[in-house]
Amino acid sequence: MARKTPLNATHRASGARMVDFGGWEMPLHYGSQVEEHHAVRRDAGLFDVSHMRVVDIEGAGARAFLGRSLANDVAKLRTPGRALYSCLLADDGGVLDDLIVYFLAEDRFRCVVNAGTADKDIAWLEALAARFGREVRIVPRAELALLAIQGPRARERFWAARPELRAATEPLEPFHAAVVGDTMVARTGYTGEDGFEIALPAAGAAAMWDALVAAGARPCGLGARDTLRLEAGMNLYGQDMDERVSPLDAGLAWTVDLSGDRDFVGKAALLAHAPRHEFLGLVLLEPGGVLRAHQKVAAGGGEGEVTSGTFSPTLGKSIALARLPRGTRPGDTVEVLVRDKRLAARVVKPVFARRGKPVPDLSSPSKDSP
Amino acid sequence: MKLPQELRYTDSHEWVRREADGTVAVGITDHAQQELGDIVFVEAPKPGRRVKAGEAVGVVESVKAASDIYAPVAGEIVAANAELATAPEKVNADAYAAWMYRIRPDDAAEVDRLLDAAAYEKTASA
Repeated sequence: MARKTPLNATHRASGARMVDFGGWEMPLHYGSQVEEHHAVRRDAGLFDVSHMRVVDIEGAGARAFLGRSLANDVAKLRTPGRALYSCLLADDGGVLDDLIVYFLAEDRFRCVVNAGTADKDIAWLEALAARFGREVRIVPRAELALLAIQGPRARERFWAARPELRAATEPLEPFHAAVVGDTMVARTGYTGEDGFEIALPAAGAAAMWDALVAAGARPCGLGARDTLRLEAGMNLYGQDMDERVSPLDAGLAWTVDLSGDRDFVGKAALLAHAPRHEFLGLVLLEPGGVLRAHQKVAAGGGEGEVTSGTFSPTLGKSIALARLPRGTRPGDTVEVLVRDKRLAARVVKPVFARRGKPVPDLSSPSKDSP
Repeated sequence: MKLPQELRYTDSHEWVRREADGTVAVGITDHAQQELGDIVFVEAPKPGRRVKAGEAVGVVESVKAASDIYAPVAGEIVAANAELATAPEKVNADAYAAWMYRIRPDDAAEVDRLLDAAAYEKTASA
């Protein structure tokens, strides 16, 4: 049976359509996923992401342990509250998960991992702790709920709902977090908009949710979360990459820190294999359907595959992330097999919309620019 | 779930309305549009095409998923609703006003053998 978040009853009372996601019963939408999407680009939307798992890494060896275990380098986390996006790799360089790690204290780092991979991640981290002989404790925090309020007005609506948290959270720069009592507020998200992600004890989740809705945040489901992250060019684990895929083939080279002589799990495998694909965006140029995962792409240099596709509410066009043959470049035109039709698509850098607006793709040929 | 009593239905979630000129209009049910969510693309069959009952003749795509549209009866496609090509969201707004295509049945009696509202309701809620 699907697991339920502390907000399950709240979602049902709000008329949410519930679906199974990663073994959890989650809201898909509360009526219109497109309107929820626009609410986040234009004002503020509220997401229950309590299916994601908080895992604290505690002990004197926490930093050294994560330095060996993560593909990005936690040495970049110098001030408490700083956050870092990283992949967790297997020895063969495949992506076991992507996560955000927060530096809370020298003996306490906090990872937030995906729902469907959480148990596997925890087992892997335990195995690595044994392998490296580090003084660390892997502490899953299943009692914490996670909310995300996202959009250009997200922070002001959060402060209206929780004025007592304003002083601690107003100075936060992007990718920084503050801990106030048993609540962590981070200026992070998965939408390409400003906003906060909030980790708090499950008992307080419904009150926080209700207060944020009362302050004007619109409840949003996983449907809008997916179109928002895709427009922002953010990967979804299990779709755009998984344990069979190198991060270097999934557009995640920027998150893999190969500098210096730091050794980390998967490094040797990544260095041994040159990237085999380009990971880029597609915009459908003609009507005829919607780009979807697993559609084949015919490019000049060979065949590729759509890894995530959807209809972009901001652009009013279908967009996708795709693994494409080496040498494919933004500005190229390719053909995507949509059901039984070959439809033309433009290759673009994989960012379609952020901060409420379409991202102009400067690499595309444009006849009317001076 | 809105379920007009005067219409006929299929177990693949089309509604079927008899028109005065002997053709039938076909769309997808309110239940179907709710299941699909925000609809962003409708491809109706081209007029002149001969179709068999149960044949996939078009596609409706939402943000979430693609779904085939089937012919409820055998016959000839006589019209497609061009309005839905540019305004597919009308299917969400009123599924029974948003007809997708019209078909001239080979055998008008075949329409009578489709599900009535009560029978469809059982199918859709099963």
